[in-house]
Amino acid sequence: MFPNTQHTRGRVRRGFTGAAFVAAAVVALAGCAGGGGEGQGGGGDVGPEGLDDGTTLSMWTRAATQAQSEAFVEAYNASHENQVELTVIPTDDYQAKVGAAAGAQNLPDLFAADVVFVPNYTSQGLFTDITDRIASLDFADDIVQSHIDVGTYEDRQYVLPHTMDLSVMFWNKTLYEQAGLDPEAPPTTLEEFAEQARAVDALGGDVNGTFFGGNCGGCAVFTWWPSVWADGGEVLNEEGTEATLDTPEMESVFEIWRGLVADDVVAPGFREETGATWTGVFPEGNVGVMPMPSTTIGLMPDDLDFGVAPLPGVEGGESTFVGGDSIGIAASSEKADAAWNFLAWTMSDEAQLEVVAQNGDVVARSDLASNEYSDADPRLVTANEIAAEGRTPKSLRFGEAFNDPNGPWLAMVRNAVLEDGGEFDQRLEEIDAILSQ
Amino acid sequence: MTTDTSTPPVAARPEPAPRGRPRRSLHRRRSVAGIAFALPTAVFVLLLFVLPLFTVGQMSLSEWTLLGGNLGLNAPDNYSDLWSSPLLWPSIGFTLLYTGIVTVIMLSIALGIALLVQESTRWTSFLRTAVLVPSALGLASASLLFFGLYSPNIGPITPALQSLGLIDEAISFLGTPQAALWSTVFLVIWRFTGFYMLVLLVGLQGISLDVYEAGRLDGASRWQLFRDITLPLLRPSIALSLILCVTGSLLAFDQFFILTRGGPDNSTVTVVQLIYREAFSSFDLGGAAALSVVVLLVLVVLNIVQFRALRSTD
Repeated sequence: MFPNTQHTRGRVRRGFTGAAFVAAAVVALAGCAGGGGEGQGGGGDVGPEGLDDGTTLSMWTRAATQAQSEAFVEAYNASHENQVELTVIPTDDYQAKVGAAAGAQNLPDLFAADVVFVPNYTSQGLFTDITDRIASLDFADDIVQSHIDVGTYEDRQYVLPHTMDLSVMFWNKTLYEQAGLDPEAPPTTLEEFAEQARAVDALGGDVNGTFFGGNCGGCAVFTWWPSVWADGGEVLNEEGTEATLDTPEMESVFEIWRGLVADDVVAPGFREETGATWTGVFPEGNVGVMPMPSTTIGLMPDDLDFGVAPLPGVEGGESTFVGGDSIGIAASSEKADAAWNFLAWTMSDEAQLEVVAQNGDVVARSDLASNEYSDADPRLVTANEIAAEGRTPKSLRFGEAFNDPNGPWLAMVRNAVLEDGGEFDQRLEEIDAILSQ
Repeated sequence: MTTDTSTPPVAARPEPAPRGRPRRSLHRRRSVAGIAFALPTAVFVLLLFVLPLFTVGQMSLSEWTLLGGNLGLNAPDNYSDLWSSPLLWPSIGFTLLYTGIVTVIMLSIALGIALLVQESTRWTSFLRTAVLVPSALGLASASLLFFGLYSPNIGPITPALQSLGLIDEAISFLGTPQAALWSTVFLVIWRFTGFYMLVLLVGLQGISLDVYEAGRLDGASRWQLFRDITLPLLRPSIALSLILCVTGSLLAFDQFFILTRGGPDNSTVTVVQLIYREAFSSFDLGGAAALSVVVLLVLVVLNIVQFRALRSTD
């Protein structure tokens, strides 16, 4: 999923075959162009920056993170001999496309993927091992660790962060002031969040306290799990084969949201919100406080006075879900050295500052958290700093257990928050049955 | 021709002379040409229909994951695993319910409109066009359009009704199982009625006016004319509409995928959504293929039955 998919989710899903033909043609063409390095996994004798010898590289990304990928590619092509040809694929088709291409040995040289699906790709050997190449980077230790961890399979590393999307708390300062709250004091506990939401909701009229995607399992994972982590709780075991959702922390999170639903503090439409439009409500200016993806910071209307804070736990603490896309070199690529040149460049100071930070996105290196662009906007510093503390859950069956709109997690959430919390144990069993497969 | 008396003089005798070899070669040339004309279609059918069909069959008998590819035969596991999915029976039930509702309502409305607009006046041709226009929109685009219209946050319906003072709370078009079903049915009827109206209209215009005149002379009422002349003579068009509508509804996917994603609470999951979910959420192409094969067989049987039933009473 994640959060960024939400902007485009639900968009047209058709022309399957047609698109496949086009993609096949693109790959075929890309295959004809240019030669390039011999590309053996470990990096070897080409240096930490790879090869920049005029190779043409093919790259795939999903539509959800198109803007970020295009910005990278444009800046890279302008300053390098190598040329990256980017193909953007509809988000809902991405899994299918990668699967089909993997079967036919037709993967592009570089491809990005929603970070929660990366374990599926690494375990199938779709990516080239880049452990040594990553280690050769001067700033290797500063790269956001959660993406690297998720992309580690059997102690080898396969991906770098490509786009960063964190769950953070947005609050509307104008409404806070009207409700008699301190507009500079975001909630530091989930209880406080509920109190402030209720206070804003009391303004009445079109104004509502908060909002969430009540028919979107991925949204709940993205925005609610960090509150469990912030309190020191866990949601999955380390191998991602078992859910530990029957904790007091998770129950408290459910309880707080259930209370907000019961008291009608949530803006209308949350029951059927599939995740396609859940980030479109806050920018309207009538919602007090809600957790949302950091990638929407840059999309807010200019006249909206809002702040961004880390997600608090029930008792305190703070955390975030580090979503977004990771990127790796396809195992079938014969241009690994040239492809690495692109990857290494995307992590460089230049790319992280002049492309990522300048566009108002979260940087993927903790040593750049405070930079000339983010310093102009304290909201971005908040997001950049929290990135290092955030987590990304890792499981081979993540999508099936948690993102599936017809899966057990969404049923559990809806039961717990919209109804009375019944059937919890049964849903948990179903989740475990999927995770342990 | 003048000297040959053994052949009787024929006014328009088919091509004279060519006997023996020349004739055969012409015949051969013609059949070669025939094959050449048919070949492109045959190649397309083979490549785009027969071959995928065999691949699906093979997938359904194999352990075949989305990312790992073919991992060898495992028949009949994919088929026996189908029945363990808790969503299978609810989705079959829902698909049948949806098909029943859509078929009955849509074909009734389409027939009604076709009867209304069958005479060609300026007003009815405007009406025809208006009803047909939604058919020019892709189903996915139409679903997105309605997704926006139905949205309590960005949709125009709620504010419009509120400003008229008709409602206080936002209407939840997709929030309850019943509402989600009927909201989707409305979309589908809006999108497809024009097409079926056209099919029925063509049938209506094929009925000779003489028959109606004869009926009227015999003193038949309007209702009798409709029941005893229009309906029986329209049977082929109705049969076609019925088969298209039932098959299309049983394969419903886009509208639910976009509007409801099977929700709320799995109340609107169709069989094809289950196939999609198996393939791209569980990454199990084998299981998805097995379900596809079952659906295909059911559809083939259903279509044969429909054809038979609608033809035998001719």
